[in-house]
Amino acid sequence: MARITAGVATSHVPAIGAAFDQGRAGDAYWKPVFDGYEWVKQWEKQEKPDVVILCYNDHASAMMLDVVPTFALGMAEEFIPADEGWGQRPVPVVQGHIELAAHLAEQLVIDEFDLTLMNNMDVDHGCTVPLSLMFGQVEAWPCRVIPLAVNVTQFPTPSGNRCWMLGEAIAHAVESFPEDLNVQIWGTGGMSHQLQGPRAGLINPEFDNAFLDGLIDDTDRLRAITRLEYLRESGSEGIELIMWLIMRAALGKDVEELHRFYHVPASNTAVGHIVLRPRELVTA
Amino acid sequence: MRTRLYPLEDLEDIPGTTVFTAKRSREAYHLHKFCMSLMEAANREAFKADERAYLARFRMSEDQKQAVLERDFNRLIDLGGNIYFLVKLSNTDGWSTQKAVSSMTGMTADEYAAMMRAGGRSPEGQRSKREGN
Ligand SMILES: [Fe+2]
Repeated sequence: MARITAGVATSHVPAIGAAFDQGRAGDAYWKPVFDGYEWVKQWEKQEKPDVVILCYNDHASAMMLDVVPTFALGMAEEFIPADEGWGQRPVPVVQGHIELAAHLAEQLVIDEFDLTLMNNMDVDHGCTVPLSLMFGQVEAWPCRVIPLAVNVTQFPTPSGNRCWMLGEAIAHAVESFPEDLNVQIWGTGGMSHQLQGPRAGLINPEFDNAFLDGLIDDTDRLRAITRLEYLRESGSEGIELIMWLIMRAALGKDVEELHRFYHVPASNTAVGHIVLRPRELVTA
Repeated sequence: MRTRLYPLEDLEDIPGTTVFTAKRSREAYHLHKFCMSLMEAANREAFKADERAYLARFRMSEDQKQAVLERDFNRLIDLGGNIYFLVKLSNTDGWSTQKAVSSMTGMTADEYAAMMRAGGRSPEGQRSKREGN
């Protein structure tokens, strides 16, 4: 039986990818950021997930122009890193898991989540920067990845509560997959940031840290945060945090915090990172 | 009518912020088609070689074309644009996202970078036009 063994969340800033790819990770500006991911890189080597369900948002790279899906599930054998205007990132092609993706597609629609299924798409920094942060510089990613793209760009986005319910449905779907698979779920994006207009550069450490705390012991409060509140408190792009709620909901009622990191800034953005384990797996 | 958690007009109440909606998305469709065309190296070269001529391939408004030529990102957002599309243009120029973003704030790129290093822009006074908080 497949099982979700952990949840990981991280910001997915493109400049982090550029610093990583151009060998600037040791620079004074970037070192504190990359140091925050040393723990998880070692941990992932021991965890050896078979599959990661990677919740991210496409930044107008593979969708959002002709088609604007609220939830889009990656069904393909592989996903090529997108060229976002400066050439493709020099990272491995992302390998999908078509059996589990097909199972999710079936189960989630039956559970009344009307997903868009993507048989062909490239993946942008939203997907590949978290992979670099968790696995480092590698010849091939050490696991399969099922990308799940969420619209956080065009209003209305799905609500945080809807994302939470999707996470719960994903947990049920994974549980009913017959093959024995070690599955992680990742939520990416955030934390507070705004990339537009005179208010650009907004950072709200109080909001961010309360969000991190809430993932452990106050999830009902997080579920109730409105789109308006995300915009006001965490900036227009801070609403990416709703994707963390998919991850958190998929872990069940209680979780153990294994690791946490928070740093300002990376480019325009507050960097947050957390690693969680379902409580039932900690005590088992 | 169904009730909402807040009046949708409140989305317009946030200082210095434009909410990207389905209507705006449609207004900027051809602008965004141009932006996404820059995801191919050959198109980037063609654009750099003759910006005006390249823009003529797209059914954008003249205002949108002019704002592209001027790299006026605030204006492009006024005209329906969204930053995730628009950074394809600044990436083509070899700008960092931070430089593109800073250009909308009335600060120089260096001033903006210094603000970010010092912890970013505080939300105090930036939450609501109405409440001024
Ligand atoms: Fe993002």
